[in-house]
Amino acid sequence: MAINWFKYSSPASFYFLAGKMIPLFSVAAVLFCAVGLYIGFFVAPTDFQQGEAYRIIFIHVPAAWMSMFLYVVMAVWAGIGLAFNTRLSSMVATAIAPTGAMFTFLALWTGALWGKPMWGTWWVWDARLTSELILLFLYIGFMSLQAAIDDPRRADKAGAMIALVGVVNVPIIYFSVKWWNTLHQGASVSLTQSPKMATTMLTGMLIMSIACWMYAIAVILIRTRAIILERERHTSWVGELQGAER
Amino acid sequence: MFFRITQRDLLLAMRRRSDVLTTLFFFVIVVSLFPLGVGPEMSMLRTMAPGVVWVAALLASMLSLGRMFSSDHVDGTLEQMVLSPQSLSLLVLGKALAHWLVTGVPLVLMAPVLGIQYDLPGDSLLVLTASLLLGTPVLSLIGAIGAALTLGLRGGGVLVSLLVLPLYIPVLIFGAGAVEASAAGLGAAAHLSLLGAFLLASVVLAPWTTALSLRISME
Repeated sequence: MAINWFKYSSPASFYFLAGKMIPLFSVAAVLFCAVGLYIGFFVAPTDFQQGEAYRIIFIHVPAAWMSMFLYVVMAVWAGIGLAFNTRLSSMVATAIAPTGAMFTFLALWTGALWGKPMWGTWWVWDARLTSELILLFLYIGFMSLQAAIDDPRRADKAGAMIALVGVVNVPIIYFSVKWWNTLHQGASVSLTQSPKMATTMLTGMLIMSIACWMYAIAVILIRTRAIILERERHTSWVGELQGAER
Repeated sequence: MFFRITQRDLLLAMRRRSDVLTTLFFFVIVVSLFPLGVGPEMSMLRTMAPGVVWVAALLASMLSLGRMFSSDHVDGTLEQMVLSPQSLSLLVLGKALAHWLVTGVPLVLMAPVLGIQYDLPGDSLLVLTASLLLGTPVLSLIGAIGAALTLGLRGGGVLVSLLVLPLYIPVLIFGAGAVEASAAGLGAAAHLSLLGAFLLASVVLAPWTTALSLRISME
């Protein structure tokens, strides 16, 4: 059976598809979050070096992953919007930015909370921390550039340029712990090596990442729907929709 | 054509000499304010010098970014450039070169004098000048992207700093790092090579990105 993917690249049909998907992802987010937090707080053993404070990784690591990954996804959608002039992909990119910025902030914040008992300081000018801070600035720059331009199409394209230019920062963050041997510890999980942490800890962390994924998808879909309504308010289908609700 | 654009922008800059001098004086004043703010202790000033000079150079170079395209945008010249059969990237490269000659080169020439104020030894002064010589063109080239994207926007000046400063940070780290490394006896070659790599990469990529951004802003 061939699915006509292009059907959903129209904002109108995507609006209804997103409406059906949001409850699914929201429920999944809540479930995974509950399971992940339960494992994180009650099942996972106390770390022999770091004591109880290590438990912040259950939110810190997924947030840091999401912050980088969402930037790349945002840049990809923005780039597709720029290259093929597809409206919906640019709208999705715009919708991703605030969630990405939120996760970046969360990663920095939980990192500071974790750094205080572990390193004895809230903040160090270490390569990983600095590049993550730059990522936050890039998200803010993307959002403020889009907010400053009134014409939505120009805002999409200008935002896409800055998102694509800023993508060079993502590998810098990713490899920063390898390139600069500073305070931040190396990667705890990698695809090529067997994990260096207890299985329950790893399970908890991965389930929490899935929860963050589901949350991000749900929120981004909700925001995309809002953007679609705002931009398509002159079209007849939005008019009918409002008429039906009234 | 590339040199014609540079020549033209230089001529325009010379006609309005005060703009050029503002940037330079801003640089000198910011650098000179630091000893007043943190105290005139020489050993501290020596360790601060590379960072202070570099941050001031970043800010000074950013200060004049708004002018790179805006006056040409207002009088319609930029539109003609976009429409002309010449490669827009090449024209942008010419404009960036002019921007660097007007704002970057005076900073490079002024830096040793300011370094003496901060009691930097001779070889550190040399490395500082070299790092600025390699780094300031990168600032002009990256800045051109931000200037093109914010063309004609209200509050464009503040926005440009938000867009461009995060991209300037690597240049700052390795520029100031070069001086620190040479002062620590490690040799500045690695840092300067990286700055050179930034310069080459930005010469290739930034004019092209700027040209695309200009087309977006002009349509």
